[in-house]
Amino acid sequence: MPWTRKDLLTIRELDPAEITLLLDTAASLEEIAGREIKKVPALRGKTVVNLFYEASTRTRTSFEIAGKWLSADVVNFSAAGSSVAKGESLIDTAKNIAAMSPDVVVVRHPSAGAAALLARELRCSVVNAGDGAHEHPTQALLDLLTIRDRKGHLEGLHVAIVGDVAHSRVARSNIHGMRKLGMTVTVAGPPTLIPPFVQELGVKVRYRLEDAIADADVIMMLRLQRERMEHGLIPSVREYARYWGLTLERLRAHARPDVLIMHPGPVNRGIELAPEVADGPYSVILDQVARGVAVRMAVLLLLAGARGAEGA
Amino acid sequence: MSALLIRHGRVLDPATRLDAVADVLIEDGRIAAVGPGLPAPPGAAVFDAAGLVVCPGFIDLHVHLREPGYEYKETIATGTRAAAAGGFTAVCCMANTRPVNDTGSITEYILERARTEGRVRVYPIGAVTRGLAGQELSELAELAEAGCVAFSDDGRAVMNAALYRRAMEYTLPFGLPVVSHAEDHELSRGAVMNEGVVATELGLPGAPGAAEDVMVARDLILAELTGAHVHIAHVSTAGAVRLIRDAKARGVRVTAEVTPHHLTLTEEAVRGFDPNTKMNPPLRTKRDVEALVEALADGTIDCVATDHAPHAVSEKEGEFDRAPFGVIGLETAVPVLLDRLVRPGLLPLATLVARLSTDPARVFNLPGGRLTPGAPGDVTILDLERELVIDPARFFSKSRNTPFAGWCVRGAVAATIVGGRVVYP
Repeated sequence: MPWTRKDLLTIRELDPAEITLLLDTAASLEEIAGREIKKVPALRGKTVVNLFYEASTRTRTSFEIAGKWLSADVVNFSAAGSSVAKGESLIDTAKNIAAMSPDVVVVRHPSAGAAALLARELRCSVVNAGDGAHEHPTQALLDLLTIRDRKGHLEGLHVAIVGDVAHSRVARSNIHGMRKLGMTVTVAGPPTLIPPFVQELGVKVRYRLEDAIADADVIMMLRLQRERMEHGLIPSVREYARYWGLTLERLRAHARPDVLIMHPGPVNRGIELAPEVADGPYSVILDQVARGVAVRMAVLLLLAGARGAEGA
Repeated sequence: MSALLIRHGRVLDPATRLDAVADVLIEDGRIAAVGPGLPAPPGAAVFDAAGLVVCPGFIDLHVHLREPGYEYKETIATGTRAAAAGGFTAVCCMANTRPVNDTGSITEYILERARTEGRVRVYPIGAVTRGLAGQELSELAELAEAGCVAFSDDGRAVMNAALYRRAMEYTLPFGLPVVSHAEDHELSRGAVMNEGVVATELGLPGAPGAAEDVMVARDLILAELTGAHVHIAHVSTAGAVRLIRDAKARGVRVTAEVTPHHLTLTEEAVRGFDPNTKMNPPLRTKRDVEALVEALADGTIDCVATDHAPHAVSEKEGEFDRAPFGVIGLETAVPVLLDRLVRPGLLPLATLVARLSTDPARVFNLPGGRLTPGAPGDVTILDLERELVIDPARFFSKSRNTPFAGWCVRGAVAATIVGGRVVYP
């Protein structure tokens, strides 16, 4: 099937065939990372603007490398804080960027819906690199690709997503993607960090780590933000780590021996993940990062291609 | 002497339970006679209302006219023109202007502007607390004397229960209601929409219906304690409906209003992140909407009020979570409710007319709301068959922030008459 969308805004709006197309395209691009000369001319003459309203190392760098390996001109527009402080609205910024005729705008923004807002304003393609607690579609895609590469398939696998699900765009995108591809999803965490009515998204809910990880093929640990404690959602980071931290001991006692441990990063070592788990044999955290570049190459390629580029 | 004869219309007056083809004669600004075949006095203007519905002028107990202080959003001139176009002959304006309407001189300023610029009657609502800060009472007696018809900190609840109790007691001798914006701001902290499955999917912080319910419960208990008349603004939850119904059965002096948007939209409308679906209280669930419609039909909720809350386009076109709360409603209320409640048979026409005229007049003890001799010559004339597409570009309001843009509706305001003078069209 051909890719027909102008933008990549959510996993929720994609159908399973579109997700599979993205994953297959990414898989075919993975080998570029191993080449002596990491450059293909697919997006030569195309301009990709990275518009980041939030601090990000991993995602921004990943998009930048992806664009450069495809020979696109990549411009980083780091708006973190300053643009808002200067009083320029997102709409104004969008209009200014549109005037510079980019082909793809990659946006990260603290407001849910910001990517969709830009997509409505801009004629070029928009990629959502994280909008508030809403979605982070390329993260879900790289997670799915990592699991598929490791397990050989996706359908029928059981994933436990553990931690601050309420504030996690990674969890939302993954829940949609995994459900669409026939996977079983359990979310787990203290009730104050589980969003209301999340069962209606087709997931199971568990309130004990041990119950959540018992028959999981994949455990995805989420980052705990310290401000959750300040807002009274958990009593202390110490208590959280004690009951929700994934230690090697817990892992060995309750999880399957072939389980994969994932984390969208950056890891709070010793809080949600014990260092020996994060760096241990179950962990595929660095695989996720590596596949992030392939996934973002696939996204840029399909979007720019759908817009009438020479293609790959 | 000026006279206006409205002829051959279907006259619908909830105050007298009249529903028949008749004429209405207005002389010197007041209703002079209602009956079939009235002769036109010499020199009288004649309005042919054949095929139309002639009602007492509609009264909106809850609007934000934004003047003084936020004239870029709305003014008394534009807001009252919007009211006239929407069939409202009187509006009650909330106190959250700049400066706040918390002293008699501000009330007098609003009334003076309304006299010179206003197209319809304007009744100011005074602030319960100074500067709406929730710390100390405004000079409530002076506000009442200056012409305020109710007291409210609308936009915020008075979180201090002791202070609110004192406000209820202090205002008892004036015979004016205290209007509650019922929201526990701790339970709703940070929220930008209803807490529910839609908020969970969108990743937006939600306020549970309980944030409204607990405050409605508190205010009903305080009304019972003090004997004060409490009016609950913009009821949006099934839980609040249940509490109000129960309190009314016990004889608590409570009245309530509901907005057209809470009667016709659910949280599903927020899915597109359109800031024009963001208001406070937020759009709730289908179950809540059903409870609100039922409560409006059975009188648990006394009236419809729009909570007309204008904001400039630039404030309502960006990120959902950063946009201010509120939507405008004066020019869409009647068409939307005729089309979505009356036409499908959810609410009888006579009930809707009562909830827009006779009932709000009773709730705030305002003149009007009836077509009986001696009453103000305020009349709203409806055309139940006229179809229209709601187009914000055609609004008289200065603002465009409506959730109903593009709706095709059947039922419209044909004319609005204030004191015997046609103010719309």
